[in-house]
Parts: sequence; structure tokens; C-alpha cells
Amino acid sequence: MPVKGRIVRVSGPLVVAEGMSGAQMYEMVYVGEAGLIGEITRISGDKAYIQVYESTSGLRPGEPVEGTGGPLSVELGPGLLGTIFDGVQRPLPLIAEEVAKSQPKRRMFVERGIRVPPLPRDRKYHFRPATDHVKVGEKVEEGDIIGYVRETSLIEHKIMIPPGVRGKLVWLAPEGDYTIEDPVAVVERDGRKIEVKMYHKWPVRVPRPYKVKLDPVLPLITGIRIIDTFFPMAKGGTGAVPGGFGTGKTVTLHSLAQWSEARVVVYIGCGERGNEMTEVLERFPKSKDPWTGKPLMDRTILIANTSNMPVAAREASIYVGITLAEYYRDMGYDVLLVADSTSRWAEALREIAGRLEEMPAEEGYPSYLASRLAEFYERAGRVEALGRPPRTGSVTVVGAVSPPGGDFSEPVTSHTTRFIRVFWALDTKLAYSRHYPAINWIQSYSAYVDLVTPWWHENVDKRWREYRDEAMNILLRENELQEIVRLVGTEGLSEKDKLVLETARMLKDGFLKQNAFDPIDAFSTPQKQFALLKTIIDIHRKGEELIEKGRTAREIREALGRLYIDIVKAKFTVPNDRLEEIEAIRRKALEALEKLEQG
Amino acid sequence: MALGVREYTGIGEIKGPLLVVKGVSRVAYDEIVEVELPSGEKRRGRVLEVGMGYAVVQVFEGTTGISPVGTTIRFLGKPLEIPVSEDMLGRIFNGLGEPIDGGPPIVAEEKRDVNGAPLNPAERAYPEDFIQTGVSAIDGMNTLVRGQKLPIFSGSGLPHNKLAAQIARQATVRGEEEEFAVVFAAIGIKYDDFLFFKRFFEETGALGRVAMFVNLADEPAMIRLITPRAALTLAEYLAFERDMHVLVILTDMTNYAEALREISSAREEVPGRQGYPGYLYSDLASIYERAGRVKGRKGSITQMPILTMPNDDITHPIPDLTGYITEGQIVLSRELHNRGIYPPINVLMSLSRLMKEGIGPGKTREDHAEVSNQLYAAYSRGVELRSLAAIVGEESLSEVDRRYLRFADLFERRFLSQGERENRSIEETLDIAWEILSVLPEEELTNIKEETIRKYHPKYRRPKPTVS
Ligand SMILES: Nc1ncnc2c1ncn2[C@@H]1O[C@H](COP(=O)(O)OP(=O)(O)OP(=O)(O)O)[C@@H](O)[C@H]1O
Ligand SMILES: [Mg+2]
Repeated sequence: MPVKGRIVRVSGPLVVAEGMSGAQMYEMVYVGEAGLIGEITRISGDKAYIQVYESTSGLRPGEPVEGTGGPLSVELGPGLLGTIFDGVQRPLPLIAEEVAKSQPKRRMFVERGIRVPPLPRDRKYHFRPATDHVKVGEKVEEGDIIGYVRETSLIEHKIMIPPGVRGKLVWLAPEGDYTIEDPVAVVERDGRKIEVKMYHKWPVRVPRPYKVKLDPVLPLITGIRIIDTFFPMAKGGTGAVPGGFGTGKTVTLHSLAQWSEARVVVYIGCGERGNEMTEVLERFPKSKDPWTGKPLMDRTILIANTSNMPVAAREASIYVGITLAEYYRDMGYDVLLVADSTSRWAEALREIAGRLEEMPAEEGYPSYLASRLAEFYERAGRVEALGRPPRTGSVTVVGAVSPPGGDFSEPVTSHTTRFIRVFWALDTKLAYSRHYPAINWIQSYSAYVDLVTPWWHENVDKRWREYRDEAMNILLRENELQEIVRLVGTEGLSEKDKLVLETARMLKDGFLKQNAFDPIDAFSTPQKQFALLKTIIDIHRKGEELIEKGRTAREIREALGRLYIDIVKAKFTVPNDRLEEIEAIRRKALEALEKLEQG
Repeated sequence: MALGVREYTGIGEIKGPLLVVKGVSRVAYDEIVEVELPSGEKRRGRVLEVGMGYAVVQVFEGTTGISPVGTTIRFLGKPLEIPVSEDMLGRIFNGLGEPIDGGPPIVAEEKRDVNGAPLNPAERAYPEDFIQTGVSAIDGMNTLVRGQKLPIFSGSGLPHNKLAAQIARQATVRGEEEEFAVVFAAIGIKYDDFLFFKRFFEETGALGRVAMFVNLADEPAMIRLITPRAALTLAEYLAFERDMHVLVILTDMTNYAEALREISSAREEVPGRQGYPGYLYSDLASIYERAGRVKGRKGSITQMPILTMPNDDITHPIPDLTGYITEGQIVLSRELHNRGIYPPINVLMSLSRLMKEGIGPGKTREDHAEVSNQLYAAYSRGVELRSLAAIVGEESLSEVDRRYLRFADLFERRFLSQGERENRSIEETLDIAWEILSVLPEEELTNIKEETIRKYHPKYRRPKPTVS
């Protein structure tokens, strides 16, 4: 019997209600006459403290608060892909339709108190029973796949026995078209019959169960050179992209969502710009998934709680997103979740904590900031899913971090680094000089380099690691040399060091810099990445030989002549399928140096 | 919130701009309040918090002179609303949206809550129409598009007003006749700054398409929290219901943020950085996000907030959080200003995030993106080498490096500098860019494709008379 109380206090997004005994922690409630959605975040006596996910303007003490008897949950089933939801899983296009019904002129605004179902009720999906491995009369368990629905051109949705359900399969629907409310199976347990539909609900703050967690083993190829080659991500890994404003966090996350080799992408816009969501909505349906050639939107779910939407829903949006990601993981897919920005989520926590008058820790953040961050990143990983047939899936999580003043020592950045394995540090100075992506190669790191090496060796080239490390060392050495140059200029440097400066410049211009908006440059296959790297490093090696033989760095550069331009422009002049042209440039460059050697 | 007016007299506490009113019932959060002093003077306020039997009220005009006895508080049963109408163009209002120009009262077509409602991202249309401002540093390298929010980060004494006025005067969308309607919000600025804009609009004959909302430095600070919202409420009406393209100038957002800090400390909230409340980001976003275009409507709101960075510090919370919300920023530099360069735009620190959609063939010119990238790369290298040359001497730089120095100088003198009334077309801007880029050896133009160089580089182009 859900509780019913009344409001006694309203302060911004926080509402206190009394007469709430029997309410549960994190229970979802409807607040006020308008029925605003809220969630209980503290209980004290018969008082409940509620964070409200819609604007509380106009609420009065005395208005009713109604419990729902359950925690904030999401609906999981076909119809998720290609949709844009708000922070509590209301489809934004449906909100617009709903608003337009009563106030056509205000269609473009998100009004309050609108209830729309997350998944379409009237749409029919073609269901195919999984008779290959489940049979009527046999036992089924949670996670068992009982049927398939082609959700989009890219994803076959696996209908699974929901967590917590097990028993004898007494009925399985024949192939046909069903809505998500139609039962597709009946399971019997202890004489009780349970209907299984194509969707079920799951509380967002509870991680979905799996059999075992496994170590990541494969790289998540992203097509971004500095990432794949120097600071790789793994399927099921965790990463953070911190950086001051305008350094390229969103562009990086958009690129990951667009190009990376994930099967499903969940993009959470958490407290960021409305136009950035619109951009994805307009661009993704027109762009093609580079791995399959199908429309990108067919693998994407968007969750938008923009900066001007109610702050409490920002807090929820992260959990809504990760729950959807886990659901597709359970089907056996590799899912990428990107969250822009986790700092705004942390600020939402801070604001609610402040209103609850909790003791602030660093910079006003509540003391549980670190544990919340840990719990969130902990939901990433590669797992063996529950049920039959055996399958593995993964959730890779990448969060943007927006440190005030670009200062990485602040609480959200510093705590985040404890829970992630890949750190792509964006650098304001690089961004100012339009070196994009502005990922600083001195500060960034990836714990997955060793882990992905075998993949590169098997699939691209056996000397990948050797080349990659050599390039990294050149960049590190250049960084040291720049310190000296800043003090005394280049005159005092040895020829060998001057060559390091030349090569580093070539690496920066011809490899690291990558224009996310250039049709050819934006996505580099691993093969192209290696071809470019090899070209530059082979030239460097040859250069070192020549210097041993008494040539100067300047002579080497001059010997390359216009080939230098060909090398640094190859990234945007040579498409992924014409790599022989890079090889030709490499050969010509080496020949030119050969000539220099012969005098 | 149809509640009608309720009247109380019990003030429990007065602190800073806040009143705690006791014994109230049925008061709504965010409701608007009228405070009547024994003298008959009326002030306005709004409810910041309500509980059983009490309400915390923020008084816009301040609490000076208010006594717990004899003061009447009326709860008006609705949020703060202003009338909106096309007739508001050409008029001047106070910071709460009431006419102060002696003209007739506004006959409202409609009244709207100044807080507005969030735009639905699924109903937005991505901004992509190039606005030619005639300023090379902006059009060439930090292109503004219709529906963008692009602030000017300035410092005290820098010519941000001049620049904003120049942009307001020159801004056009090519191929369209229609001029921008301007909604101007003066937020705690000095009288002479206000006068500057007023005269400017008068002189340019633009007054008829400008609505001004004015809260001056000597007027109550709490009203500043309303002024930009009142202005944007009108802008939304004009853009989304009257199909107009609206340019909103908000100046100075630093004063706005300071008013917010004041109210937050009066409420004894846990302060964030430098005493500003932790919700400064969300609060600023509720203003800046009220810009853009929407599907199926012709109009748009382009926002140009101006803020002065305390101590010229871009990491100060106000510019910092603004930069995290807006779609780029135009940063003015004291160093360039002191060297007599106008407009003193630090292009390296400036950014327009919506540039890429607004430029290119059919919009500006096919070489635009490449030229802009090359200008950035070359100028930042030039600036870097300049500081190196200061240490090791120009002689010890290589020939190529010396050319970069020359490029950086030309960039500032030829490309960046322009007259206050000089209105350059995008073609002129790009042609100047090519002219200065041609002092660099061709091999250095690594951001530009071979075909583009062949077509536009002065070396390969037939000489033709330059316009300037
Ligand atoms: N890889 C890239 N290629 C080309 N341009 C880029 C790239 N990365 C960033 N940029 C440029 O930098 C601008 C700012 O990037 P972005 O919007 O991603 O910054 P951000 O870090 O998300 O900032 P904020 O914290 O304010 O949201 C982009 O609009 C684009 O012009
Ligand atoms: Mg961003």
C-alpha cells in the first residue's frame, strides 16, 4: 500500500513531506497536485526528504505526496535504441507531443508533470522464439534467451528471462508480431504462473546481476590515433576525459560514440548544452557506423538532462544510462557508455546534499562523493552474462570531467582518477594552439597497453609495440628538450637532439593532431595508424644513421623537401582503403635519405 | 498557482535582502510578493523557501527601512510574469520589465513567467546560419551563427562595449534583408555605459527595433537576478512566436553573479569557489541556454553576454562557468589593447564551437575552414617564437622561424586590426588571410590541401585590385 503524505517544506529541488511512514529509501514518489516525479533520499521519523526531478516552482506546503511503492526504475525492452530520453527515461519527442496537445505554441518547451511511457506500447515487434535452445516443458532461469526481436538494422534484441524469475517454461509464443505488453512466455514455479513479456523493469541504482566479471582482453578501437596507439581503451574498461572548457571533451566523446567499435552506445548528456544533444540527433541518423555501414542512430541511445533542466534529474540520469548499458551487455553486446559531464552529476549531488544540510567535505561536496564515483565506474566491465547460451558482454565507461579553472587537483578529478584505468588529459595550452585532440601525451596514461599489444601484433603488425614505444620515447625526450630550448634556444643542441625535435614535430602534425570533422582524417583504421607511425619512425631511424655518419638534422629535413608535406598531410589526403599510398611516400622518403647518405 | 492574493503582517526575521514571514499558509515556492511599508512604499520580492507556517522572501529592492512592525506582505499567487508584445521594441524598461520611458503601458498580448521553461533538445534545430559581423577576427576565425550563445570575456577599461555595438550594427545574414531585433539587458552597469548603448542605438536609427531592460549600478542589486530573465522572456516570444531573429546583449554578467553570491550568503548556504554558490553553474545555464533555434519556427535567439573578468583572470568562477556553458567565447586582451590594437581579440583564447556548421561552400567560402586552421597554427607558432626570440635573440632563429615572426606581426596589424566602422565582407577577410599567409613558405601551410592552395594562394592567383 503506497504511502500518502503532504508537503511541509519546499527549497529548490528539495521537498520535505510528512506522514510518510512506510516509505522506502529511494522510493519514487509523485509530488504535489501536478504529480512531479521525485525520489526519496532521506527518511527521518515520518518525514521523507525528496529530490524532485522537475521544477518545484509553485509547490505549496500541504500539497499531497504519493508513494509508488517502488524505487526509480527503467523499462528494459525493444524500443530503446534510436531514442532520446530525459534523465528519468521519458522520451523527449513524446514530451513535445504531449505539451503540444494542450499548448501547441509551447511545444518546444519541456513542461512539468508530464507522464509518458518510456517504451512504445502500440508498436509491434516481430518475435522469434529461441527454440534452438529453450524448450517448452524444460527449466529456464534468469538470463536465458527465449527469443529474438530485430530492434534496428544493427541490433538483434535478445528477449531474456528477467532476473529473479526461474521455473518451468510452460508456454512460449510462436513466431509473430507482438507489442511489449503481450506475454511471450509463461514460466511456472511452485504452481504459480509468471507471464514474461518483452520488457521488464529494473531499479536504476541496483547493478544488474551477471555470472562472473572477467578481465578485459580486447582493445576498443576508436579510430582516434592518439587513443588507439598511445593510450588505448579496452572493451569493458574505464576512462576519464578531464579538461577545462573548450578543450575538446565533448568532441572526443562524440567521436567515441560515432567511431568506436562498440555494438551499442549510450550517450548521457548530463548537465551540458542542449545543442550538443541536438547535434547528435541530427547527425547520427545521417552518419554511418564505420564498422557496418548502417545508420549510427540504430546503435545509439541518448539520455539528455541538459544544464537548464532540473538539477536533481542529472543525478538520476547517470544511473538510468548505466542500467540501459548493462541490459545490452547482458544480451552479449559490447556497450560503450559515455557521460558528459560527470562533474555536473557530482555538482547535483552537492546541491542536494547542501539542501539536506549534510556536513560538506572538500569544496562543499558530500563525503560520499568518492564512494558514489566508485560505484558508478564499478558498473563497467566485461562479464559472463547469466543464462543460456553462454555469452560475454561488456560495458566500457568513459566520463568527461570538467574541473573548475581546469585545475586537476579538485575533488571530482582527483577522486575519479582512483577508479579509472585510462586518463586522457586535455590540455588548455594545446587547445589554444588548436592542437586537436588536445590530449596531453605527457600527462595521459592507459593501463591497457600491455593487454592490447597481442591484438595489435596479431591483427596489424608484429612490431607495433616496438614502434609505439619508440614514438612515445621521442615525444618524452622532446618534452625535456623543449625545457632547454625555452632557456637557451636550439643552438646548443646536439644534431641527434635536433632530429628528435624534427621528428616530434612530424609526429604531432602528421599523427597526433586529428581533425574530428575532416571526412578522411576523423577515423583512422589501426592499419592506417600503424602505416603513418611506421613512416615517421622509419625516417627517424634512417635519420639517426645519417647523423652517426656526420649529417645534420637540417640536411635531413632539406633532403625530404616537399615529401615532408606529403608525410604530414597523408592523414587527411590518404583514405583508409588506399594505404599503399602511405607506403609509397615512406619509400620515397627513405630513398631521398639514401641519396643524402651517398652524398 | 491560481491562489489569489493573501496578506500577512508577521515578519519574524530580517537579514540582508531576506524576510522571514511567519504565520503564513498556502504560500507557494517561487511565488511573487508585494511588500508594503507603513509609508505606502511598495517593493517586490519572491519566495525562496516555504515551510509549514513560514516563508523566506527575497526583497528585490532590499530591506533597508523595513521594520517588522507595520509592514504588510502580500503573496500574489503567481510567479513573476511580464507582458510580452511586439510593441515592446523601441521601448525602455526597468530591470523588472516595467516601462520607464514615459510611454504608454504595454498592452499585453500575453503574460509569461520570467523563469521560462527548458527548451526540449529534441525540438531544437542546430544553429548553422553564418552571421557576418564584418569583424575579421570573428568572421574568419570564430564565426558566429544564428542561435549561438557567444560571450565577450573582457576586463575593466577594455573596449567590449564598442565591439558589441559594432557587432550589433554590422551583423547580417547574407542573402537576407531582415535585420536583427535587439533585446538589450543592462545588468548593474554604470550610467555612462548605458548611455553609450542608448546613443548608439539612436544614432544608428535602430532604436525602433531595440527593447532595453535597464538596471543600473546604483539600483537594487536583487533586481539583477530578474533583468536577464525578463529580457529573455521577451526574446523567446519574439523569436518563437513572432518569427524574428533576435540578438540579446546581456551586460555585465559579472554583476549578475555577484548579486547571486549576495543572496546565497544571506541564506548562509555552503559557499563554493570564491564564495559563489555551488549552483552558480546551473543558475547561469538557466539564462544562457535560453538561446537557439527550434524546429518549424523561423526565428532565433543569438546571445552575446558580456562579462568583465575580475583581475583579467579567465579561471575566475564567473568566466570559467560561463565558458563551460556557452558555445565559445571572444576573449579581449589587455596586452593587445595597450599596444593600440582594435579590436583587441586574443584569437588563441577565443573559440566558436558552432563555427564548423556555419562555414564552407554555399555559406562562406570553401577555403574558410582550412584557412582558419592555418591561421591558428601559424599565429600560435609565431607567438611562441616571439617569446623565444625575446630570450635568445631574433638572429639565432632560423630563416623559417623569422618568417613566422613576421607573420605574427602582420596578423595583428593587417588581419586583426580594423576600424570601428570598418565592415569587412567574409571574402575580404579571407583574402587578407591569404595575403598574410603568403609570407610563409608554402611547405609550412600543412593545414591546407594542395588544391585549395592552387586556387587561392596569391602566388597562383591572377593579381586583382584589392578592396579595403
Ligand atoms: N578533435 C578535434 N578536431 C577538431 N576540432 C576540435 C577537436 N576537439 C575539439 N575541437 C574544437 O574545440 C571546440 C571545443 O570542444 P568541446 O566542445 O568538445 O569542448 P569541451 O571540453 O567539451 O568544453 P566544455 O567543457 O565547455 O563543454 C570544438 O567546438 C571544436 O571546435
Ligand atoms: Mg563539452
